[in-house]
Amino acid sequence: MEFIYYFGDVFTPISFGLLLLGTIGGLILGATPGLSPTMAVALLIPFTFQLEAAQGLILLGAAYTSTVAGGAVSAILLKIPGAPANIATTLDGHTMAKKGQGARALQLSFLASAVGGVFGVLLLIFLTPVLAKWALAFGPSHLFWLAILGVTIIGSLDGSSVVKGLLSGCIGLWLSTIGFDDIMGAQRFIFHPSLGGGINIIAALIGLFAIPQVLSMFAKGRKDTTSELISVEKHSIMDALREVVSSVRALSIGTITGSIIGLIPGVGGQIAGLVAYDQSKKFSSEREKFGTGHPEGIIAAESANNAMVGPSLVPLLTLSIPGSPTAAVLLGGLLIHGIFPGSDLFDNHPQVAWTFINSMLIGQVLMCIFGLYVAGLAARVATVPQYVMAAIVLGLAVFGSYSVQSSMGDVYVMLSLGVMMYFLERFGFSAAPLVLGLILGPIAEANFIQGSMIANATSGLGPYFLTGTLNLFLIAIVIASIIYSVWMELRSRRYTAKEDLI
Amino acid sequence: MKHLIAGAAMALMAVTGTASADGHANYPERPIMMMVSYGAGGATDFQARIVTMTAGNEDALGMPIAILNKPGAGGRVGWNWLAGQAEADGYTLGAYNVPHFIAQSIKGGVEYSADSFEPIANWGADPAVFVVGKDSEFNSMDDVVNFAKENPGKLTFSGAGLFVGHHIAALQLEKASGAQLAYIPNNKGGAGAMKAVIAGEVMGGVNNLSDAFRAEQAGNVKILGVFDLERNDFLPDVPTLKEQGYDIDNASVNFRGVMVPKGTPQGIIDKLAATVPEMFKNGRVAGKMKAGGSPMHIMTRDEVLEMWAAREVTLKELLAGL
Repeated sequence: MEFIYYFGDVFTPISFGLLLLGTIGGLILGATPGLSPTMAVALLIPFTFQLEAAQGLILLGAAYTSTVAGGAVSAILLKIPGAPANIATTLDGHTMAKKGQGARALQLSFLASAVGGVFGVLLLIFLTPVLAKWALAFGPSHLFWLAILGVTIIGSLDGSSVVKGLLSGCIGLWLSTIGFDDIMGAQRFIFHPSLGGGINIIAALIGLFAIPQVLSMFAKGRKDTTSELISVEKHSIMDALREVVSSVRALSIGTITGSIIGLIPGVGGQIAGLVAYDQSKKFSSEREKFGTGHPEGIIAAESANNAMVGPSLVPLLTLSIPGSPTAAVLLGGLLIHGIFPGSDLFDNHPQVAWTFINSMLIGQVLMCIFGLYVAGLAARVATVPQYVMAAIVLGLAVFGSYSVQSSMGDVYVMLSLGVMMYFLERFGFSAAPLVLGLILGPIAEANFIQGSMIANATSGLGPYFLTGTLNLFLIAIVIASIIYSVWMELRSRRYTAKEDLI
Repeated sequence: MKHLIAGAAMALMAVTGTASADGHANYPERPIMMMVSYGAGGATDFQARIVTMTAGNEDALGMPIAILNKPGAGGRVGWNWLAGQAEADGYTLGAYNVPHFIAQSIKGGVEYSADSFEPIANWGADPAVFVVGKDSEFNSMDDVVNFAKENPGKLTFSGAGLFVGHHIAALQLEKASGAQLAYIPNNKGGAGAMKAVIAGEVMGGVNNLSDAFRAEQAGNVKILGVFDLERNDFLPDVPTLKEQGYDIDNASVNFRGVMVPKGTPQGIIDKLAATVPEMFKNGRVAGKMKAGGSPMHIMTRDEVLEMWAAREVTLKELLAGL
């Protein structure tokens, strides 16, 4: 309960001002394509040089929470996921926005983000010591099985066909091998210098999601634009609130999945949204509605990716090990003030630690309020004529992928992947499984190599990967997930076959 | 309005005029960019930002230095860029990590070697240390080596990857002790390697002194030895490997500093080589570096040239068998 004692510090004029600045700035940065939470926080670090430690961290904490939520804005309105965390949001969010329900989608996403986010930070406050043990429990063999579990959901993630889903997942896995490999430094498929660092995930996201829709907008040309104008529906916040409350299942699946996955160092935020989306789809009675603008899809994805924010800082704050790139940047922000995370932080600088954590708690609420406020306005983006929209999205896509690491190479990668995806989509493939493959490939590969190196030096491959409670548990879920997908595929085939007969 | 445009034109002419007049007396005339080949928030990036923060002062360069991150493939992406694509006009600097880039160039597959760059000055030296978990039965390097001799190839220990300082330290330890060890490179860098030690996935690890110092303060690890010629100010009680009877020098120490691509005008190199070491000596820089647990080690251009050459010889020898 120590944290309550330090609540006052968040509300001093300067601190609260910084909190507002961080939240609003974070929302804007997060909504800008290509600016991931990691980059937004890194951009703010130099400003904290001049501030006191606690104040600097308030700024960084607020920016971190609100950039994650801000990413949903471009995901919903432009179909450009700001970060891997927002991929799942595009699936239902953008469909909803296209129907003129952008305001509703944004309101749902901000409310779900706030619920997930507050839950995640509360976990960080109350359960940190327990969670730290959990974060350490995942060794190479467990991370490998976790990645394989991710691969099993590729097929069921999106689209009508499991086979096509798996196939695009495989393309993603192959794309992830490009570049110098992480451990041995071997060169694979590098035919051009811009591929030396591998395919940058942000550039790939922008290309795969934004470019196909730009191309199809251009393909339509300028004719019959009037008939395509969408009337943007107004949507009251109370209705959105009711809707969120009534989808308890999606909300709790999202929040719990997000907090558990967020904890695991090195995997965390990237896949939390997608896994939660897939799980709530599997548990839902209205399975077929997912992907067509179903509110539960947005709620699950957004509550998951904000729930992960709090737990993802556990390894950093307790063990001084940054579990995610963003945590690594925050570590820099602490070190610059001579504060070492770990027991030193909570024992000797409690005002810094707790003010930081409290600011994330308040930041979640502020983020939600501002988000709801702008949702109605932002949703009007959908009324922009398509040919203008196509140009804007293309411009943002080029800007976003260039700004990741100031490299034209990333722009070429983004454009080529985008054109490729345009044709793939015409054959019924979809981008989400491909991206999941791209994210999971390196996790599975690096952990398998590391695990097998340790295994060969100690107990041997079999015992290392196949024994131990956590390994067996994960393997059981992998098998269950495969059986479920096969069963659903068979069932739907029988179903459609019958329909065809009638 | 007309006046303004005229004024601007005059100013522009004046600027270009002086620049072409003689070389580099007025260098730098605009902000300078420094490429860091690791991601934002990493140790190299963090230190680069601190040591360049006073660049804009009148007694330093008088122009700020902006950091540009080009991460990827263990630094290869950034250094390839600096060697091949960056303009050698003095406005593009790069941060180097020795032995990383020299070891990578010996191993091959990259577009640079030590000859592709001109060193300016060195700011830091982060030695590798050997760490074990806080509950480990090992209390000295002898314990570790004896275990490895009794169980050949069974002593697993982590490090930040292949062809980086940690790997060099591991190779040196293997050579000096004659024991067979199992080095496990981590794909998440030093932080990942440290996590593997704390979580007990491996029996020990080679890691950066600065990170290990922090982990020891947090009560998570024990530090058994320093891979350097002398003990470190941060860890006065930890003996070097040499003191413990292993013939290991400072070849694995991670030196960080500033360089420019080959072809940068000599006048600019001279000016930078004279100013930059002084800039590193600034009291504010030293204070921030110490607070962050990052050991400083300032070297001039001549000293760095010597160090690079020496390192290349040692590394060629060490990596010959791989």
